[in-house]
Amino acid sequence: MYKNFLRYLISAIFLITFSISAKADFKVGFVYIGPTGDHGWTYQHDEGRKAVEAAGIKTTYVESVKYGADAERVIRQLAQSGHDLIFTTSFGYMDATNKVAKDFPNVKFEHATGYKREHSNVSTYSARFYQGRTILGHIAGKLTKTNTIGYIASFPIPEVIRGINAMTLAAQKVNPNIKTKIVWVFSWYDPGKEAEAAQALIDQGADIIMQHTDSTAPVQTAEKAGIWSFGQASDMQRFAPKSILTSIIDDWAPYYVERAIAARDGTWSQQDTWHGLKEGMVAMSPYNKGMGADLVKEAEQLQKDLASGKIHSFTGPIYDQKGNILVAEGKVADDGMLLGMNVYVKGVEGDIPK
Amino acid sequence: MEDRLIKIEKRNDVPTTLYFFTPFIAIILTIIGGGIIFYTLGFNPIEALKFYFITPISNLYGFSELLLKATPLCLIAIGLSFCFKSNNWNIGAEGQLTFGAIVGGGVALLFYNQEGFYILPLIIIAGAIGGMIFALIPAILKTYFNTNEILVSLMLVYVSKLILDYLVVGPWSNPEGFNFPETRQFSDSARMPLLFEGLRIHAGILIALAAVFVSWFVLYKTYLGFQIKVSGLSLKTAKYAGFKGKTMILIVFMISGACAGMAGVGEITGPIGQLHRMISPDYGFTAIIVAFLGRLNPFGIIFASLVVSLTYLGAETTQIFLQIPQYTGQVFQGMILFFLLASDYLLFFKIKFQNFNKNELRH
Repeated sequence: MYKNFLRYLISAIFLITFSISAKADFKVGFVYIGPTGDHGWTYQHDEGRKAVEAAGIKTTYVESVKYGADAERVIRQLAQSGHDLIFTTSFGYMDATNKVAKDFPNVKFEHATGYKREHSNVSTYSARFYQGRTILGHIAGKLTKTNTIGYIASFPIPEVIRGINAMTLAAQKVNPNIKTKIVWVFSWYDPGKEAEAAQALIDQGADIIMQHTDSTAPVQTAEKAGIWSFGQASDMQRFAPKSILTSIIDDWAPYYVERAIAARDGTWSQQDTWHGLKEGMVAMSPYNKGMGADLVKEAEQLQKDLASGKIHSFTGPIYDQKGNILVAEGKVADDGMLLGMNVYVKGVEGDIPK
Repeated sequence: MEDRLIKIEKRNDVPTTLYFFTPFIAIILTIIGGGIIFYTLGFNPIEALKFYFITPISNLYGFSELLLKATPLCLIAIGLSFCFKSNNWNIGAEGQLTFGAIVGGGVALLFYNQEGFYILPLIIIAGAIGGMIFALIPAILKTYFNTNEILVSLMLVYVSKLILDYLVVGPWSNPEGFNFPETRQFSDSARMPLLFEGLRIHAGILIALAAVFVSWFVLYKTYLGFQIKVSGLSLKTAKYAGFKGKTMILIVFMISGACAGMAGVGEITGPIGQLHRMISPDYGFTAIIVAFLGRLNPFGIIFASLVVSLTYLGAETTQIFLQIPQYTGQVFQGMILFFLLASDYLLFFKIKFQNFNKNELRH
C-alpha cells in the first residue's frame, strides 16, 4: 500500500517535471550578474538580448544572480523550463554552466569571458576590449597636462591587467613621460567605492580618469571635478556630457543574434570566440569634439588600423616594470600571452595586488 | 470641547494559541499583499502567485533546492533563538557565518590535496569554533564593558567580510586561478556528502535537524534553558533568582555563533566547494526574520525557514516566467516581517478610541 503510494507520488513528480520542460517554441535565456539598469556590463548584455528578441526569438532573463549556490539553480531552472540556448554572462558562472551543461546535453550554453568548455554543448566568448584601451591611451597621452592617468580597476585578473597595459603602451607612444596610477576597488559594481577611487586619483594629480568597473560613478566624479574621463562598457555620455571623451562599447548584439539563429536552425556548434573592433564586438562611442578635430581624426584612424590589423595593441618592444623584455622589437604578443597576462608594463606605478 | 483620542493599552491575557497562530496570519496577509502588487504590475495575481509559491517546488529538484536553501537559515535561526529568548540581540550572524566559513575553509585548504574521513569533521568543528570566537567578541564587550551588542555584532559583519575579501584576493587565492578572487576547489573529502544522486541537498541538513532537537531539549528540559527563558522574561527576576547573568550571555552567544559558523561551513563545503567573496546571500540577516516568524520555537523555525526560502526561489521563478524583477523576493520577505510585527502589536496591545475632555486638564 505504502509502496504503491510512493510509486504514484514519484511518477506524478516526474510527470509534472516533464510537463514543465515540454517545450513549445524556441527560447533563449540570459543570466546577468548585475541589474539591467547598471548602465555598464549587464545593460549591454541586455541590449544584446533585446536584439535577439527583435529578431523574432523569445527571450528570458534573470538579473542580479549571485555567484555560488544560486547561480547553478538559476541556470538549471532555465534549462528545465524549456530554454534551448542559455547565455551566462559573467566569469563566475563558469563551473555552474559546465555542471548544468552536463545534465542537459540538448540545451546549448554560451559562457562569457570563461575558458572552460568541458562538454560539447558549451561555447565561450569574449571581446578584445584591450583594442579600445589602445585608443583611450592615445587620446589620454595627448591630452594630459599632469602626465598622470588615473585608472580604476576591479580585480587583478589578466583581462584587467591587459587593459591597463594596452592603455599605458599607447599613451607612452605619444608621451614618454606618462605615468599610470591605479586604484583597485575589488568589485565590478560599487558606485560608492568607484567614486571614492576616482576622487583619490584626482587628488593624486590625475587629470584623466578611466575605469574597468561598471557604474557611472567615476565619470560623474570626473565631470564634477572638471577633468576628462572615458566611459566603460556602454555609452555613458549622458552621465557626464562634458567630461567623457569616448566610451568603449561592448556590442554583444550581433553575436547573440547570430548564435541564437544558429541554435534555432540547428547549425550551432561549439566554439571559442574572441572578437574585437574588426567584428564590431568592441566599438567606440562618438568622440567628444572637445579633444580637438585633429585628435578626433587620429583616434578614428587608429580605430580603423586596429580593426584592419595594421596596428596591434601589443607590438614590441615591450618591457616589464623592471626593464625585462616581454615582447621583442618587431614582434606582436600572441593570444596565449594576452590571455595569461599577469605583469605590468613599464610606466605603470605600483604592484599587482597578490 | 471634546476630542476623540486613541489610547493604547497592554493586553493582560494573550492566548497562547493566538500567539502561535499570528505567523500564519502574517503569511496570508503577505500572499494577499503580494497578489495586489502583482495585480498593479499588470499580471494575473492568481497566476503570478502560482508561479511564486507553487512552481518552484512542483518537482523533486525544486523541493530539494528548497531544503538546500532552508538548511543554513534554519541552523542560524536556531542559534539566534537562544540569544533572542534571553534578551541578547545578536544581529551579526552573517559575520559569524563568514568567520566560521573562513576558519573552516582555512582547514579545508590545508588539506586541499589530501583525502581522509577525518577532514570534514575537522572542518565543521573549525567552522563552529570560528563562529563561536567571532560571537564572543560582542558578548565579552557587552558583559565586561557594557557595550551595545546590536551595534558591535552588526559592525563585525563588515569586518568579517573584509577579512574574507583580503584572504581570497591575497594569500589564499588559487595559485593557478589567474588572480581571480577565489581559493582552490576543496578536495572531495572536504565536501559535504550528497544525500541523493543528482540533487544538491547534503549532510548539512542533518546537522540542522540535529540542532533543532538539541535546542528543543536544552531550552525546554534543562536548567540552562530555564535560565535563558527567565532572563528573557525579566532580567530582574533572573538576578533575584541568583542566575549568573554574565556566563549565560557568553553561552548563548557561543551557541549562536557556533550555529552560524556551521551554516557557513555547510555552504562552502556543500554547494559552493571553495571560498570566494559571495558565500552567503545574507543568510545571517534573513535568519533573523526566520527566528521571529518561527516564534523562537525550534519546530516553528523549521517551518519558517521553509517559508522564507520559498520566497527566494519564488523570486527566481517569477522572473523566469513573468520577467518580474528578482527584488520581489526581498519585498515578500519585508512584507512577512512587517505583517508579523504589526499583528504582534495588535496581539499584545489594545487600541481604544475614547472621548477626552480638554477642559478637564485645565483644573
